[in-house]
Formats: sequence, C-alpha cells, structure tokens
Amino acid sequence: MGSFVSDPEKEKLETVISIEGLYKSFDDLQVLSGIDLILHRQENLTVLGRSGSGKSVLLKIITGLLKPDKGDVYVFGKRVDKISLTELNSLRLRIGFSFQSGALYDSMNVYQNLAFPLTMNYKNIDRKEVKRSIEEVLDAVALSEKIYQMPADLSGGQRKRIGIARALITKPEIMLYDEPTAGLDPITSVEIIDLINEVQHKYNTSSIIITHDLTCAKNTGNRIAMLGDGKFLQVGKFDVVFSSNDERIKGFYNYNFIQ
Amino acid sequence: MKQKGQIRRRYIFTKNLDSSLTDIYNGFKFFVQFFKELFRKPFYFRETVNQTFEIGIRSLGLITITGFIVGFVFVKQSRPSLESFGATSWLPSLMGIATVRALGPLVTALITAGKVGSGIGAELGSMKVTEQIDAMEVSAINPFKYLVVTRVVAATVSICLLALYCDFVELLGSYMNINSVEGISIQTFLRNAFSSIYFLDIFTNVIKAATYGFTIGMVGCYKGFNATQGTRGVGMAANKAVVFSIFLIFMEEFIIVQIVNWIRYL
Ligand SMILES: Nc1ncnc2c1ncn2[C@@H]1O[C@H](COP(=O)(O)OP(=O)(O)OP(=O)(O)O)[C@@H](O)[C@H]1O
Ligand SMILES: [Mg+2]
Repeated sequence: MGSFVSDPEKEKLETVISIEGLYKSFDDLQVLSGIDLILHRQENLTVLGRSGSGKSVLLKIITGLLKPDKGDVYVFGKRVDKISLTELNSLRLRIGFSFQSGALYDSMNVYQNLAFPLTMNYKNIDRKEVKRSIEEVLDAVALSEKIYQMPADLSGGQRKRIGIARALITKPEIMLYDEPTAGLDPITSVEIIDLINEVQHKYNTSSIIITHDLTCAKNTGNRIAMLGDGKFLQVGKFDVVFSSNDERIKGFYNYNFIQ
Repeated sequence: MKQKGQIRRRYIFTKNLDSSLTDIYNGFKFFVQFFKELFRKPFYFRETVNQTFEIGIRSLGLITITGFIVGFVFVKQSRPSLESFGATSWLPSLMGIATVRALGPLVTALITAGKVGSGIGAELGSMKVTEQIDAMEVSAINPFKYLVVTRVVAATVSICLLALYCDFVELLGSYMNINSVEGISIQTFLRNAFSSIYFLDIFTNVIKAATYGFTIGMVGCYKGFNATQGTRGVGMAANKAVVFSIFLIFMEEFIIVQIVNWIRYL
C-alpha cells in the first residue's frame, strides 16, 4: 500500500477537505458535536464509529445534502454551506458518493444508472464516450456482464459495487464510501477493499471510507479516525489509534475480535 | 450517547399543532419553489412528455369505465323526477350541464387522485427513503426539477385532457341510456346537450381540471419528497397524497364554483 502520508517531503500535503468545529443535531438529538477533520490529497481516511454515531451524516454534510448547525466545512477551499447551488454542483461533480444502501435508481437499468450522471451534466457528450466510460467503471467493479440488468435483479453486494461504479463515472477527485463492505461476504469485502485501494492509485483520489469493519479500516486507511460521542476521539495511524487506552476505542476493538 | 445528546425542545403551541403548522409552511415553500424552478433551465422536456403519456395512459381505462357508468346512472336516476313534470326531453341538456359544469372534472379528479396521486407519492417516497433523491443531488442533478417539476406539469396537462375525455364518455354513457329509453338520435341528443352549455362552462371545465391536476401532482410530489421512516413512510406518503389532494380538490371545487357563478351573473 503506497502511503502518501509516509512520504511527506515529496510534496507539501495539500488539503482537499477541512472541517472545523462542526455541530449537527436533528430535532432533539445532538449527533455531531465538535468535529475537526483534514483530508489530504491522495489520502485514504477511514472513519470508524458505532451505528448511529453520525458517520453518514458527516458525509452528507460534506456533500451539502445536510446543512451544519455550526462550523466550517471546506471542500477544495470552498465552504459548502455558503456557496451558491451552481458552485456547489460543480464541486459535487468532483466528488463521488457511494451510498450505504447503493441508492441505485430502481426505474433504470445498470447502464442507465451509470449514464445518468454523465448525460444529465454534459449535454453534448458523445454516446460512444458514455458507453466507454460505463464499460471502464463496470470493469473496475468486475460486473461487466450485468450491464443491462435492473437493480432489483442484483444481489446486495452487486448493487453496492454498481453504486461505487456510478460514483466513479464522473472521475471524481474525492471519493466518499459509506460502509462499502457492510453486509458483504468476506471474499467480496476483500475485493471491495482492493477496489478502493486501486481507485486511490489509479485515479489519484482522496477518499473517506466509513466502516465498522476493522479489516476494511486497516487495509484501506492511511489514517484512521474514531468517531464517538459526536467527536473524533482519536485520529492517526491504525496501530496508534488502537493502542489507545480510551475505553470507547478499546470496546470497539474487542468487539471486532476477528481480523 | 443518546441521553447525553438529548436537547430539550420547546414547542410554540403543542407538538402536533407545531408540526401541522410547519407542514403547511413547508407545503407553501414547496409551492413557491415549483414556480421558481418551472421557468429556470434546464427544461426536461422529454421526461415531461414521457410522464404525461404515462399518467394519461395509466388512467385511461379507469376513466372510461367510471365516466360511462356515471353518465348512464345519472340519467337513469334523474329520469323519474323529470318524468313527473313530463320533461324527460330536458334530459340531454341536463346531462350536458351536469357533465361539463361538475361531473367531468370531479370524476376525473377523484379517479386520478387515487391512481396518479398515490402513484407519484409512492414512487417519490420510495426514491426518498432509499436515498435515490440524495444520489441525484450529489450527482449535481436538481431532483426538484427532474422529478417534481416534470411530474406536476405532466399531471396538470394529462388530467386536463383526461377530463375532456371523461366529459365525452359521460355524455356517451348518458346517450346510451337516453337512446334506449327515449330513442332519440345522436344529433338531437348532442344539439340539446350543447344548447345550454356556454363558453364559460367549457373554460371553467378546463380550468378546474388543470387546478385539480396541478393539486394532485403537487400534493403527491410533496408527500413523496418529504417521506421519512423507511418503507412505512412510502405507504404513508401514498395514503396522505390521496387523502389530502381529495380534500383540497373539494375545497377548490367550492371556491371555483363561487367565483364562476359570480362571473356568470355579472
Ligand atoms: N435526516 C435525518 N433526520 C433525523 N434524524 C437523522 C437524520 N439523519 C440521521 N439522523 C439521526 O442521526 C443519527 C446518526 O445517523 P447516521 O446515519 O449518521 O448514523 P451512522 O453512524 O451512519 O450509523 P450506521 O453505521 O448505522 O449507518 C441517527 O440517530 C439518526 O437517527
Ligand atoms: Mg450510516
């Protein structure tokens, strides 16, 4: 795993996402309370945290789907909650979001799902070009034979992979993976982990990978961030984070006893 | 974490009243947003046309059957009271007025509220709870334009056309009944039916149908777009879409009739 962070003199670390003092609550539930985060260019950052700790909410705030109550969220130096929709949309085209549930459009087949972000955003795009891009991303997720299937006819893991493919189709500079391995068998999980690393190197993306899965965290993340009680309890290398004496982190570690 | 995270929430009135008022406020915002987005590029013309056909064709069969039966039965039930005055020759003109002024748009609206309104509510509701709408948004596609504006325009246009079609089958149904009893010809029937219909009636017929279609599309989209609570929310969105749009349709019927009658006797 070529870790960019381990080679700091090569180039000054460039920040693509920076979050300071982020707070978010829903009605009577405080979800995030004081998140600080930096994502560097070409870095994979994994975010670990219990169910309901606000991991998905964090990604939705980064993409501007949810508005923060308080705090600054910068993506490529722009404040996502303050810019116009046009500006936000041009940022969004540089971000790929793979949803926890896949979120495939179930009235469209795989081809149409993958073509949709392209044809809707680039009015004059050549059909051959679209087809070529689709074949490329389907090849990356190893599902080329499913090109004309409907999402309902795919397995959960396949839907997730198509979701990743759809996120990749616009060649984003940042990839956000929401639990890419949850609910998958170990072999498929390893394939997804490999895919995430391959994407990082092939397309030079920076990624945030959200997971409960320590194997995934260890094998994809250049850095690990532990989310708990609405904050990052610890951020750093895998071994550093998990040698922590914090009970909340140790509990998480002990629970995932098989690696 | 949950207990720690709790913050005390204060309500202006009570919890339910507050949420109803927020719902009305949000509904109004949704309505305003529709008109803002309607005139802004891009226009998804193809998607709008597709939706118009889909809505129209999906309801055509049902409208044919119900419209025909309403016309047929309405004449049958009205005959005895006209017979007692020896005035059954008024049946065609009675039917013409009843269809164009009231029955056509209302029957269409009620049928399509059930069929189209619930369909839109369920479709957008399931897209919402499975994050498909979020997915569109992060792909830099405006889901309000692509899903809501297209469907509301489509519902308005197709329900307008369906209402005119419904007028036609209702008249056909009533003609069948009148023809079998009084044995009058289609020409006489049509001449009598249209003798008491004015331009204002036809115009109102179209305005009403457009209003109801717009309402059905708008309420269905609003309820679907704001669905929560997973799959249960999808059913709720569909159900609320039907109930609330029927309620609104009757309110609108009441208001439009008041206004038109005021104009008529001006
Ligand atoms: N749109 C919303 N409205 C109200 N509450 C929300 C909303 N989105 C998330 N929440 C609440 O915020 C909390 C965090 O949700 P989130 O989906 O971020 O959890 P998560 O860490 O991703 O959990 P999981 O690992 O199960 O996916 C949950 O308690 C959830 O109920
Ligand atoms: Mg989540």
